[in-house]
Amino acid sequence: MTAVIQDTAPVLDVRAVTKTYGTGDTTVRALRGVSLTVRRGDYVAIMGASGSGKSTLMNILGCLDVPTRGSYLVDGTDIGALDERQLAILRNRKIGFVFQSFNLIPRMSALANVELPLAYGGVGAAVRRRRALAALGQVGLSDRVHHEPNELSGGQQQRVAIARALVTAPSLLLADEPTGNLDTHSTADVLRIMDGLSADGRTIVLITHEVDVAAHAKRVVRLVDGEVVEDRRQAEVDDLPPRHHQDGPRYAGAEPRHFGDEPGYPEGAAR
Amino acid sequence: MNALEVMRFALRGLTANKMRSALTTLGILIGVAAVILLVAVGEGTSRTIQENIQRLGSNTLTVMQSLSGNGRGGGAGGAGGGAFAAQAPQGTGTGPRTQAKDLSLDDARALADTANAPSVRSVSPVVTAQAQTVTYEGASHTVGQLVGTYPSYFEASNKPVAKGSYFFNDDVLSARKVVVIGHTVAEELFGAVDPVGKQIGVAGVPFTVVGVLKESGSAGFQDADDVAVAPLPAVQQSLTGFGPLGQIIVQAKDAASVDAAQAEITAVLNERHGITGTAAADYRILNQAALQETVATATGTFTVLLGAVAAISLLVGGIGITNIMLVTVTERTREIGIRKAIGAPRGAILGQFLAEATMLSLVGGVLGVLIAVIGASFTIAGFKPVIVPGSIVLALGVSVAIGLFFGSYPANRAAKLRPIEALRHE
Repeated sequence: MTAVIQDTAPVLDVRAVTKTYGTGDTTVRALRGVSLTVRRGDYVAIMGASGSGKSTLMNILGCLDVPTRGSYLVDGTDIGALDERQLAILRNRKIGFVFQSFNLIPRMSALANVELPLAYGGVGAAVRRRRALAALGQVGLSDRVHHEPNELSGGQQQRVAIARALVTAPSLLLADEPTGNLDTHSTADVLRIMDGLSADGRTIVLITHEVDVAAHAKRVVRLVDGEVVEDRRQAEVDDLPPRHHQDGPRYAGAEPRHFGDEPGYPEGAAR
Repeated sequence: MNALEVMRFALRGLTANKMRSALTTLGILIGVAAVILLVAVGEGTSRTIQENIQRLGSNTLTVMQSLSGNGRGGGAGGAGGGAFAAQAPQGTGTGPRTQAKDLSLDDARALADTANAPSVRSVSPVVTAQAQTVTYEGASHTVGQLVGTYPSYFEASNKPVAKGSYFFNDDVLSARKVVVIGHTVAEELFGAVDPVGKQIGVAGVPFTVVGVLKESGSAGFQDADDVAVAPLPAVQQSLTGFGPLGQIIVQAKDAASVDAAQAEITAVLNERHGITGTAAADYRILNQAALQETVATATGTFTVLLGAVAAISLLVGGIGITNIMLVTVTERTREIGIRKAIGAPRGAILGQFLAEATMLSLVGGVLGVLIAVIGASFTIAGFKPVIVPGSIVLALGVSVAIGLFFGSYPANRAAKLRPIEALRHE
């Protein structure tokens, strides 16, 4: 089923990562030695109650935060060895981030929001536009490309955010409680898109505290007090995600396997 | 991310808060306009004063009596020159003088001797009567200056005749009571009537008007057109008496011989007045060219001062930019976090905020230049401002520099934000 070429290195390799905040009496140990390996094409749900350290883990996975101890590799690259410029490039190329609160940039159209990562990656205007339109088509928002975030519903905003995360064809899609702020209907929409992406071979790590959402993943990791207490596989990496409906409605114009392989990044466009 | 893209992001950021951007721009606008306009006013003032000095006559030296070793004296009736009396190349000594001689007609004759003073072209002895009342058929006017002199005075002091004629050496020799009146006097006394050939009373003494001086249109200190010029002996007979001369106006042969003429005058008068060694001279010589230089220096300082005051307002405008950019960065911390999370490199964030600040100041600068150019077409405080092209270039350059300089601190702060903290910011 996987369309992406298998590398030997796992997409994610977290090795005994700890994270502490504060010092002395007020020290908070958010992560107490988490190790986690995610293979290409996997669909992992990280579950945990509030305060279990799942958001901290997510920020570290997304290269937004650095671990206090331990190391973390993305596609075989040790993040600890990268400088700020290289980190920015890595966030741009390898990781797509979906936030609970959407985090679209206000007063910019959906299209401009989706184009933004490509703009930072140095992709030319014409290619950028085509890829952004394709990504928006994939999340079913072809008719909303010129709307600004405040003209879109929560579910639509989250779908724009997913399109923005996908548009660079990242190795890894990170979603931090993507359905946390959505109603049932929009949640179903977003999860259907996630399932579709997983079926197309995209690697996804999703954080949630809802069992219903976790049920969509191929693998569920449960976090309690900063430690992994359960690592359960619901479907094989190469299989379809458990809740994926082959015959279910797919959005028109979605050709995910192609847009991900498009050229567009100029050589050495790291800026 | 090319430059155009950075500009587009910056423009979007600015238009999101139109009122705030407009007010910040206003600060720079006022600063730039003030710099250009005030420098223009300074320049205009300077030029007007220079023109006024030139109007007093070219290549002329005014010899006046000096009552004390320094300070002004004897020149109270100077033909406008007294207003600038700052030059005292002679007689700056402070020692007391035992015997001060007045300037006499003989002094003037000695100066006119080409053997003693070869650089001198003409010598005009001058007596001045202040505030004389002139009358004509019931109309009366007080003339600012009534000058008694020789015909060469008209050329030396740059007073051409518009109507009628000058008086001549003949008139002087026979002490004829003829007078050439200034434009103001003609208007006050005669209105629309042609004054040439009419008889007017000067302090009761009848004089015949032979000519009207061309309007010199002077602005500022005193009305150069409020004068009447008559032959020297006629004025002495009827008004001032045969006392000392007020001043002697000496015209040099050309601009290059002014200094030589001054040296010759000094030599002649020192000998005639018995001034030797370190004794202070009892006269002083006002050099038109030297005066002009002094005034140029003074007005230059004045212009610099005006520019400095205006520059302060430009600085204040620049601080306004820093302030507003800091607010913007704080307000948009979350947006910066999002941009960083999706892979914006530091340079892109830095560029965006720098471009915003520079755009603010550049737009303000351009508008400021516009306002200044419009403002300079009006007369300000009696002077016509003259825009110095250099000040436009400078003000524009400085406004861009201000944008870069005052924007760099907030922009750096934005670029240095850690994405995780920026994202948590509410």
